[in-house]
Amino acid sequence: MTDMTKSLSLHLGLIALLLSLNWLLPSYHHGNLARIMVLAIYAIGYNVAFGYTGLLSLGHAMFFAAGMYGMALTVRHLGWSPAPALIAGILSGFVLSVIVGLLALRTSGVAFMIVTLMFAQSVFLIILYFTEYTRGDEGFVIQQAQRVMGGIDLSEAHNRYLAALLGFGVCLMLTWFLVGHPFGKTLIAIRENEERARMLGYNVYLHKLGAVVISGTISATAGALYGLLFGYAGATFATVQYSIFPLLWVLLGGAGTLLGPFVGTLFMFYLIDFTSEITTAYMLVAGVALVLLTLFAPQGFMGELRKRALGWLP
Amino acid sequence: MEFGPYLLLASMEGAVTAAVLALTAVGLSLVFGVMRVVNVAHGEFFMLGAVIAWYVASTVGGHPALGFVAAMIIAPLFVGGLAALADMVFLKRIAYDPERTIVATIGLLYIIQQVTLMTYGPDARPVVPPFNTRLALPWFEFGENGFEIYWPWGLSITSYKLFVIVAAGVILLGVWGMMTRSKIGLIMRATQLDGEMAQAFGIPVERVYAMVFGIGCGLAAMAAVLIVPIQQAHYLMGGDPLLLSFIVVIIGGLGSLPGTVIAALLIGMSDGIISVFFTPTLAKILATLAVALVLVFRPQGLFGTREHD
Repeated sequence: MTDMTKSLSLHLGLIALLLSLNWLLPSYHHGNLARIMVLAIYAIGYNVAFGYTGLLSLGHAMFFAAGMYGMALTVRHLGWSPAPALIAGILSGFVLSVIVGLLALRTSGVAFMIVTLMFAQSVFLIILYFTEYTRGDEGFVIQQAQRVMGGIDLSEAHNRYLAALLGFGVCLMLTWFLVGHPFGKTLIAIRENEERARMLGYNVYLHKLGAVVISGTISATAGALYGLLFGYAGATFATVQYSIFPLLWVLLGGAGTLLGPFVGTLFMFYLIDFTSEITTAYMLVAGVALVLLTLFAPQGFMGELRKRALGWLP
Repeated sequence: MEFGPYLLLASMEGAVTAAVLALTAVGLSLVFGVMRVVNVAHGEFFMLGAVIAWYVASTVGGHPALGFVAAMIIAPLFVGGLAALADMVFLKRIAYDPERTIVATIGLLYIIQQVTLMTYGPDARPVVPPFNTRLALPWFEFGENGFEIYWPWGLSITSYKLFVIVAAGVILLGVWGMMTRSKIGLIMRATQLDGEMAQAFGIPVERVYAMVFGIGCGLAAMAAVLIVPIQQAHYLMGGDPLLLSFIVVIIGGLGSLPGTVIAALLIGMSDGIISVFFTPTLAKILATLAVALVLVFRPQGLFGTREHD
């Protein structure tokens, strides 16, 4: 088998495995896995900017929130049905990422991190400022009747799981295709050595902008899906914490690997789920994990696996 | 109250905010200036200072001033020591790589915050100020009887708040003196200019880094001890000082101490005044957006000069 068929069968195999789990898992883990898959979409989006392009953003929650509110506000205030609302959410993320990308990419490194953090903070505050429409911290529930798409009730457990899997599968294969494409390879070249990529004649700014837009739009898709499938939108999802989470997931799973985001999300979700049964201070786990990962395993799970055994992992 | 006295009251409150903010931000700026790393856990060291001040003040009996003075000495020393330790254990090992340092200090942020939640708990607890006399402030107007001075009802400040402003000023002067007049300051500035060259001249750069990190976080703790009799100690109180310090340090020009102090005055005063007249959320939105745009279009800050590389 060539490397390409190996990796293609691995990724399609994962999707098939997740599909079969729909009928095998007990209901608690079934619900969890649906949530994990949607959050993994968010991590996949983050990974395009951080893992493949080397753009460390501390403000991706703004894209997630843009998707979530783009979807939820049109449903709540304009009475849109789920399909156009979902598209509205994705489009809001697209527009926001174009604007943020154009501005923030004038900076790099530490300044880029702070600028993205500040933009995300403004988005969070704007959500609070328009509490009348967004219900601020408290958030609002999207009624079951508003979550029926083409006759399919997305609040029902199996439909929800399959919808999450569909979104996850599409985004995973999209990035699989992206990293094999010359555009994706150029992003990796920029991550490895920006100056050299520029010397070779690539338009670094445009490529980075493309990465931010793809990354932001995928993150917004995750936000919109999350709101739709779990029927809730709230300002919590726009806080700094939700910008740190995808960073944590991707670092844990392996930045710049395709399966890393899913592995990291899965692992961290259960770790936090487990800890929060013992203590309210469950974010301690996230803190310890971040410190240990930076110190000892900057490559993450899949990164180490790629380094040690499976060199062909994309 | 009329507009004039109201404005005076708002700017007195703003001055207290500005004084504490200046101390906190100078700590962050010092760390960035010398070590070229951003310490995201800075706000948590601030919080730790306030929490330790509460522990010390509630352990030491007698007059509130005793506990306060003890806290003023113990909290910064403890926090500074802890920060220096964190520097040696974590930051040194990742060779002060700017991006990895941010990720590691985000981790540190959650560790400090959550450990405080587990030990100190979720309650906000007050510290009794050492003295707290209410001082009425005069206002003047040109009325029918010509110029007259009177004391409007409600226009007052406590002696403790005045003390905070003065104390912050004294500490800042101390930092300035240390940086410009002492041997330690000279060593720090040498390290800031060229770490490798300083190392070649026998300066123990790693120990300087640990010390700078300790002093920077110790300053945040001092600011927290000053503010804790006005604001209560709470495990989530580190968020706002961190954000505001970021804003101040960026507007003032990364790593420039005088710029930081000027920006702290500007931001603290305007924050105090704006949030009296507008909603605080709107003020914060404008401030964060302004900062992001300053970084995008004028990365050297409003008062900074472009660096020569």
